[in-house]
Parts: sequence; structure tokens; C-alpha cells
Amino acid sequence: MKKVFMTALAVAFFLTAGNALARDYVSIVGSSTVYPFATVVAEQFGKTSDFKTPKIESTGSGGGHKLFGAGIGVEHPDITNSSRRIKKSELQRCIDKGIDVIEVKIGYDGIVMANSKDAKVMRLSRRDIFLALAARVPDPKGSKTLVKNPYKTWKDVNSALPARDIEVLGPPPTSGTRDAFVELAMEGGGKTFGFIKAMKKKDKGQYKQICHTIREDGAYIEAGENDNLIVQKLNANPDALGIFGFSFLDQNTDKIQGSYIDGVAPTFDNIAALEYPVSRPLFFYVKKQHVGKIPGIKEYLAEFTSDKAWGDFGYLTDKGLIPMPAKERQAFATAVKELKPLKISDL
Amino acid sequence: MNKKTAEEKTTSASPTTMEIVNRGLARRYRAEKRFRMYGISAILASLAFLAILFVSIIGNGYTAFLQTEIALDLYLDPLMIDRENLDDANYQAIVKKSLIETFPRVTSRGERRELFSLVSTGAAFQLRNVVAQDPGRIGKRIRLWVPADDDVDMLMKGHIKRSGPQEDRRMSDNQLAWVDHFIENGRIKKAFNTAFFTAGDSREPELAGIQGALVGSFLTLFVTLLLSFPLGVAAAVYLEEFAPKNRWTDIIEVNINNLAAVPSIVFGLLGLAVFLNFFGLPRSTPLVGGIVLTLMTLPTIIIASRASLKSVPPSIRDAALGIGASKTQVISHHVLPLAMPGMLTGTIIGMAQALGETAPLLMIGMVAFIVDIPSGFTDPSTVLPVQIFLWADSPERAFLERTSAAIMVLLAFLVTMNAAAVFLRKKLEKRW
Repeated sequence: MKKVFMTALAVAFFLTAGNALARDYVSIVGSSTVYPFATVVAEQFGKTSDFKTPKIESTGSGGGHKLFGAGIGVEHPDITNSSRRIKKSELQRCIDKGIDVIEVKIGYDGIVMANSKDAKVMRLSRRDIFLALAARVPDPKGSKTLVKNPYKTWKDVNSALPARDIEVLGPPPTSGTRDAFVELAMEGGGKTFGFIKAMKKKDKGQYKQICHTIREDGAYIEAGENDNLIVQKLNANPDALGIFGFSFLDQNTDKIQGSYIDGVAPTFDNIAALEYPVSRPLFFYVKKQHVGKIPGIKEYLAEFTSDKAWGDFGYLTDKGLIPMPAKERQAFATAVKELKPLKISDL
Repeated sequence: MNKKTAEEKTTSASPTTMEIVNRGLARRYRAEKRFRMYGISAILASLAFLAILFVSIIGNGYTAFLQTEIALDLYLDPLMIDRENLDDANYQAIVKKSLIETFPRVTSRGERRELFSLVSTGAAFQLRNVVAQDPGRIGKRIRLWVPADDDVDMLMKGHIKRSGPQEDRRMSDNQLAWVDHFIENGRIKKAFNTAFFTAGDSREPELAGIQGALVGSFLTLFVTLLLSFPLGVAAAVYLEEFAPKNRWTDIIEVNINNLAAVPSIVFGLLGLAVFLNFFGLPRSTPLVGGIVLTLMTLPTIIIASRASLKSVPPSIRDAALGIGASKTQVISHHVLPLAMPGMLTGTIIGMAQALGETAPLLMIGMVAFIVDIPSGFTDPSTVLPVQIFLWADSPERAFLERTSAAIMVLLAFLVTMNAAAVFLRKKLEKRW
């Protein structure tokens, strides 16, 4: 039994070894937030060029960097998408393996808090968001200690808000959207308390733990990675708020509305102007050693960095990507042409 | 105390057996009826769930089989298309020009962008194919039905409301007016969505199809069948007919039963560690997918095959042995043919299970965006349930109905496979 199995495996291996050594398509992994944009470029690229369409896996930013940094060779991906900047440790791992990494920023994504059109628009501040969602908050009685989050309704948090129960549907901890949300919205709100801000210098670990830990008493509901599902649930429950990427708000403007955060509405223009506070840059990273070895990488990069793709009126904006200012685009486009590798000191 | 006296009273009256039976008869009939009702209501409940499932999926999905198309009058300008180099022509520009000719009053850049977005980006590729088929058309004016953009499609199918303020809608007032113009002139229609069955995946809902996933599923299942059927049957035959009954075979048996209950994602992790990292097989391919699903279906096939071998009566074995057949002859001439229907049924059910599996494929990179239709076992590909998963996660609303339509296709396959299993069993099964 075992012998038969091993022979079958060996046969399968020899049959395919030849194919494994040569790959004639670009292999891309990484963030599920960048996935909708990268796939559009890949499809366009496949249809308008003689190259095969790149294969794109949605593994999440962290998973993507893990696969990307595993080494050089056809069995490893050529490009990884990332909804955050590469971490020092991840870059160090690449450098140790002899990988030259080229960084490309592609644009911005806004994270919105939205509710059903049947309810009123919410006007939140980051401080409200922190107080409503953090596991531990400053004692409402005024002392500089932390207590378990006592707030039940939005009115408890801020008397200007409606007296509705706090009920927020959002992504699970494995999601890049969640990482960005806690970093931009929650930490942004936590910082408004002097004593929490002072903690950043003294004890960074504790500071992060306070700002980044979301309450687990049922007010925040982890709704899985499927943002469509959150949109549907918001429709069914006008009291709830949902957290997801801007492109889902953009596609469903007839059903849901984005909440104002710090007085700024989550619109295309506000995010592009960097006025909306909860927005993040999106990236992808290219393995320099594969350029020229795997057919199509250079041309794919050219397609992605062309104005018809990521420009102010490019097809990526139709899918909800917020473009960078023209100057920044120019800078990254030239960096891509020169294939300038990223150094630890750049981070 | 009271009971006892009551009993004494009845016995003292000394009723006949018939009387006792008659007294309890109504109650027993009632119990009988109730018992039957439990069964019927259980069946009704499961039928109701099934009906809800089908109604919601078919209700959401049947519209996906139709696609809105718009007729464009295109002038194939010889200045824009080079006969020597058909691929390099800017077909998008020809499509845009045709739209501007239809609505000459639209001049501002923003409005033109809105106008162009009524027609799918696939129109240019369609035009290229039409020209490539018959280059003689260059210089002529042709009318071509091209797919409408997914927003127009949703509007025509009633999934986007026309009412309400403009900024709350996916489509502007201008766009609605242009669509109305097309409707008045009979230049918009709903046609059978052939792209859904002939195209690979796409990020544009109107161009997305399940062909790639279907071919991927087929290739993956082919590998699975090729590996798991011979392995499963051989294992079952050895365990049932040859293996001595000792501690080792007991351990093997327990392990096989255990494997049948292992969550499928575990097989994916195993596949990642062994086939991808150790053997270096290519990621995201039907070959690896098939091998991983083989691991998953093997226990099912072995268990079913052993059961059907067991059901072959010993008299047949004894008779064959009695007239001098060797053990191998007994098995290959008599036992295996008789057990085959049961084995096939088990295999088909195992295959149907494998067809609906996504979790193990996640680990080996088959959950990916793949446009090109795979042409071999080592081409990257996805499978049907993965395609459903990916579409369900897409922001465009038109993918909702396509998700349901893809589920319908998958269900059709599952029903066919299970029906085949039942049919084979009915047709080939022998009873003693």
C-alpha cells in the first residue's frame, strides 16, 4: 500500500518536475484588500498582451509576505500584495535570503464605518470609536485608571450621539482591514487621552495593548472576512454599524451610508485629499531576481503603473482605489523602471 | 392503596381478552398515528429547508443566465485598424466613437466617461475577435450586440432602483436617460448569457464565466478518481480478503475510520507540507488538488468497498474454492464483479464530496484569481466551489446573482452524480 502510494507520488513528481522548473505566468500572492485591484490589472494585462494572465492568490498581507520571503526560484511567488507596509522583520528575512525587494505604492484605501440608509448618518470622532470599542477605557469618573468598557449605548459615549445600543460588525483579527482600523481609528482615539499618550514613551507594549484591543462582550461582532455579508446584515439591522473597505461602500451607495469621522465624510475626494483620517496606503512588493526570468513581470509592472490603470481617471478608480497625487505616482513609476531595491533604512 | 383496590375491581369483573384489547384499541391507534406523524413531519421539515434553499438560490440566480446587451453601430475605420496588425488597433476607441456618434450632444469629459461606462470593457475584445474572423469588414459599418456594463445589467433586471436622489444611486440621471434612449430604439435586449458558460473568471461580472472552474474541477476530479479508486479498492480487497486478523490490521482499521472523520483542512495542510514543500509539485494545480482530495476520499472508498465485499455471500467463495479456483481467481472472477456496484456507489459519493470541497484547496493555493482556462494538470486552476467563494466575496452587486447561478451549476453536478450512484446501485445490485 505504502509502496504503491510512493511510486504513484514519484511518478507524478517526475511527470511534473519539468513543468515546475519553468513557469510562464506571473505568480502573485497577498492581501485580500489589494486583490480586487490587482486582479483587474492582471485581467487587463492578460487580455491586451501576449503573456499569460498572472495568477493571484488572496492569502492576506501576512501570509503573502511569508510566502514571498521564502526564497528565490519558480516555486516562490514573484509579487506579494500588502495592505500595509512591509515590516522590518519581513524585509530582513528577504535580505537574508538574498532577495532584493522593490516596493510599489499603488494608492489609498479608506476604511469606513457605515450603517443602513434607514437610520440617521452617524457623526463620530476617533475618540468616540475608541471609547465605544476598546476593551478597557479610561474611568468615566475621571481618574487616570482604566476600567472594563462600561458603555452600552452611543449616547453613553458621547451625549451628542443617538441612544442606540453599540453594535458594530467588523472583520476578525486575521484581517488587514482590522489591523489598519485599530491602528488608525482606535489608536487615533486613544491618543486623545493624555495619560494614554504618555504611556507610548514609557511602555509601548502596554500602550498598544490598550489601543488595539477590541472589546469582546458582544458589542463588537466579528462578521468574517466577507464584506458583502456585513452589507447585507446592515440592511437587515438599521441599528448596527459595519466596518469595511471603501470599495464596498462605493458599490452599495443606495443601501448604506458612511459615517462622518472627525467631521469628514468618507468620499472619494476626501480620501484622495488625505483628509479622511482612517485611510491607509496599499502596496505591492516585487522580487527583483525574478524580473527577466519569469516572462511578463516587467510588462505587468508597466501596466499597473500606467496612468490608464492607477491614474486619476484610470480603471482602478472605477473599482474603488483612491489614486495617489500625480507627483507620487511619477516617483514610484520611475522607481519601478529602475528596479531600485528597498533597504532596511528606508522603513 | 387506591390503585390496588381498583385493580382488584377489574380483575374481579374478569373481562375477556377481547374486552381488554378493545379497551386499549383507540389509544393504540392514536399512538400509531402519532408515531407516523412524527416521521412525516420530520420529512416535511427537511423538505421545507430544501425548498427554502432552492427558492432562495434559484430566485437570486436565475437572472444570471440572461445578460443585457446593447447594439452598437460601429464604423471599422481603415485608418484605425491596420490590416497587417489587427491586434494593435485601438478597438476601445472605435467603441467610444460609436457611442459619441449616438449621443453627439455629450461633450464634457465627465459626461463622456459616464457614457462610455454603459458598455462593458469586453466590447473592445469582442470587436477584435469579430474583425479577426473576417478582416473584409474593415471599412464597413456593422451593428454589433455587445455586453452592457454590470450596472446597466442590474438596472435592467431591477436590482438598482431608479428613484431617489442621484448621489444615492449607482447610475446618474444622464445614464438613465441614455439607457432609456437605447430602450426606445430597441437597441437593448436580454440575451442568453453564453459568456457565463464559455469564459474564465473575470473581475467584470458581465464577462465572468465558470468554464475555467468547470475544467479545473474536471481535471482535479480526474486525478482524484485515477488515484483513489485503484488504491481504495486494492486496500479494501487486501484488508477484507487476505489480511490476517491481528493487532496491526486492527490499528489500520481504526486509523482508516479515523481518517474518514478528520476535518478536510488537515489534508490541505498535509498537502502543503508534503507535496508542495517536500516534493516541490507546482502550486495551485489540479495535480496537487487531485492528490490532496484523494487522501480525503480514500477512507470513504475503502469503507464502502469493504462493506460491499462483506455483503458477497460466503457460499459463492466456497463454491469457487470447491471447484478448484485459487484465492486470486475467486476474488477477481467472482467476488469483485459482485461487489463492484457497491464500490462504484461509494466512489461516486466520495467524488461528489470531493467536488464540493474548498478548505483543503485553500492551503495549496487553488483559491486564486485565474482567468486563463487550464489546459493541463499542471496549469494553475480553481474549482467550482472556490469560484463560488471568490464571487461571493466580490463587491460588485452583479456577482451576487452569478454566485447563485454557479451554485445552481454545482448543485446540478452533485444531483447528477448522486443520481448516477442510485441508478448504478439499482441496476447492478444483486440480492440474495
